[in-house]
Amino acid sequence: MDLAMNSGFSHEWAAIWVNLILILAVLFAFSAMLSWIERRLLGLWQDRCGPNRVGPFGVLQIVADSIKLLTKEDWIPPFADRAVFVLAPAIVAVTTLLAFAVVPIAPGLGVVDLNIGLLFFLAMSSLGVYSIVLGGWASNNKYSLLGGFRAAAQMLSYEVFMGLALMGVVMLAGSFNLRDIVAAQENLWFCIPQILGLATFAVAGIAEARRLPFDLPESENELVAGFHTEYSSMKFGLFFIGEYVGITLISAMIVTLFFGGWLGPLLPPLVWFLLKTLIVIVCFVLLRAALPRPRYDQLMTYGWKVMLPVTLVNLLITGAVVLSAA
Amino acid sequence: MEATFYLSGLIAVAATLMVVTRASAVHALLYLIVSLLAVAIIFFVLGAPFVAALEVIIYAGAVMVLFVFVIMMLNLGKAAAVKEREWLSPGMWVGPSILSALLLAELIFILVQNVQDGQSVYGGTAISSGAVIDSKEVGIALFGPYLLGVELASLLLLAGLVGACHLGWHTDLRFGSHSASRSDGARS
Amino acid sequence: MWNSLKTMWIVFLHMFHRRATIQYPDEKPNIPPRWRGRIILSRDPDGEERCVACYLCAAACPVDCIALQATEDEHERRYPEFFRINFSRCIFCGYCEEACPTDAIQLTPDFEMGEYNRKNLVYEKEDLLIDGTGKYPGYNFYRVAGVTIGGKNKGEAENEASPVDPHSLLP
Repeated sequence: MDLAMNSGFSHEWAAIWVNLILILAVLFAFSAMLSWIERRLLGLWQDRCGPNRVGPFGVLQIVADSIKLLTKEDWIPPFADRAVFVLAPAIVAVTTLLAFAVVPIAPGLGVVDLNIGLLFFLAMSSLGVYSIVLGGWASNNKYSLLGGFRAAAQMLSYEVFMGLALMGVVMLAGSFNLRDIVAAQENLWFCIPQILGLATFAVAGIAEARRLPFDLPESENELVAGFHTEYSSMKFGLFFIGEYVGITLISAMIVTLFFGGWLGPLLPPLVWFLLKTLIVIVCFVLLRAALPRPRYDQLMTYGWKVMLPVTLVNLLITGAVVLSAA
Repeated sequence: MEATFYLSGLIAVAATLMVVTRASAVHALLYLIVSLLAVAIIFFVLGAPFVAALEVIIYAGAVMVLFVFVIMMLNLGKAAAVKEREWLSPGMWVGPSILSALLLAELIFILVQNVQDGQSVYGGTAISSGAVIDSKEVGIALFGPYLLGVELASLLLLAGLVGACHLGWHTDLRFGSHSASRSDGARS
Repeated sequence: MWNSLKTMWIVFLHMFHRRATIQYPDEKPNIPPRWRGRIILSRDPDGEERCVACYLCAAACPVDCIALQATEDEHERRYPEFFRINFSRCIFCGYCEEACPTDAIQLTPDFEMGEYNRKNLVYEKEDLLIDGTGKYPGYNFYRVAGVTIGGKNKGEAENEASPVDPHSLLP
């Protein structure tokens, strides 16, 4: 191997690493800020102020929170299944971060350009369930176990039509590659022809991220804290980070699949992507501020009797339209 | 690429061994998930990313969650682990071990014969040719030559669905046998 | 579905409402004068202690946080030798104020009593006693009560008739 090629090779690798570390850092910072954004927004919508003490407007709240989390006692209950108990919070962080690898942020910006990007995202989000289920089981606590049960049933049910809701987009774009999907929205964002897909995917996404209308695994006013009742310190912190990265991930996916990703006039692509993602996140927070948690059987009925038929109808219509256009 | 193939193959074998030897059912299931993930990576390396993704989504992500769900409900404690350990006595190993050893010998024989014939172990597969089978080709294959199989499988699934519906459809005893309870029907 | 969207819209509109929060350390809350906060011992308009050490407050206290010892000065005027309130026990119920016959013990609209050391929450008489009369400016117990103390005999209090002399034959 000659020298020029070698240096070019390492150059490429350096670029990839810089890309990766940059995205990771920005993602972490963004997710951390998200806890502040969420609390401020909730405050705003509940006629309160939200955290505004640490730093200007309280932006450094997360620093205070993480110092607090890091200095707390890292407690593993003696009745817990040690190995699984430690493993569980790591899974959620790893799967959500891995899923973020396929998100196309802007042209040339993104960790990996996978041909089956969409399937990879679905695979990672389906693996994320284990974190909750195993965390609930390993805690060996009846509230945690109930949380784990709910998580398993809820996420399995909502995963079914989460994948189906995206198939309309795949049909229109003709590819599982997320960059191709964004490119296919050059003329028309998929939120218009795939309005049903958008609605169902958003609902499924909230359920997958265990966000408030669907936070039955956690539901603090019936199950203490659900699956993470026994978790403390940075293990709890990982669940926390996992949840916020999950929200960012779902929002980024909604933007990528239905709102044209980085596409937009005037502003640079990166700004468009971040702006759209932020707006979707704000909508999620609004959902949390406004809607009550459904009862468990209502959740299941909603998933299987409303959302699944809607996605199937959407699939049929999209298929018919694609076929007739071809 | 070959290194990843062998490494993930090794992981799959090791994890599967752990599945058999674990006394705790949940630990065994965790190893089984690892094994499935390793198999998914093998599929990916062999140039079938679509199958790899489906392996993760359906087997590792959905079927195994159901397994874990059921195991969690069984409330297996220390007593169950002790019983499991009793069952793992050497006497129980002999029969399956002999059968597996025969299979292994057969596999090694085929491999050795292939190498002696002068062709690489996977000379005709994608790992050397670099061909990637994407979702479109899988779809065309499924709805072309394998159409009958797909239809038969879907009939089987439909039968399963109807059966599940029938089992889950309780008639509410309190309000007479004719009115089907709505919530119970939904839960299935 | 429509209901949920309407709810979201209404919640969204709350963004433009006035904040209900009072930014406490920067912005003091408006506390009404009858607020039951830190307990004080007041003085009468002459500058003497109002407390006559009758123990009614200590008896009324549901958590037994008041301790005192009665004594008398040379003019036979009763006063507490010590008067101690343990504010780490006090529940600010105000029963002591209601029980007090001389309006000596009063609750004030002050609640900022945080301490790093719990022992500092035990208030002695010199901590409790204030210079003023508190909520009842004109009231002086000894001036309306028929008790003899130095410089005031029976019958010399306000609205008090002179005592009947039983040795006299006149009605």
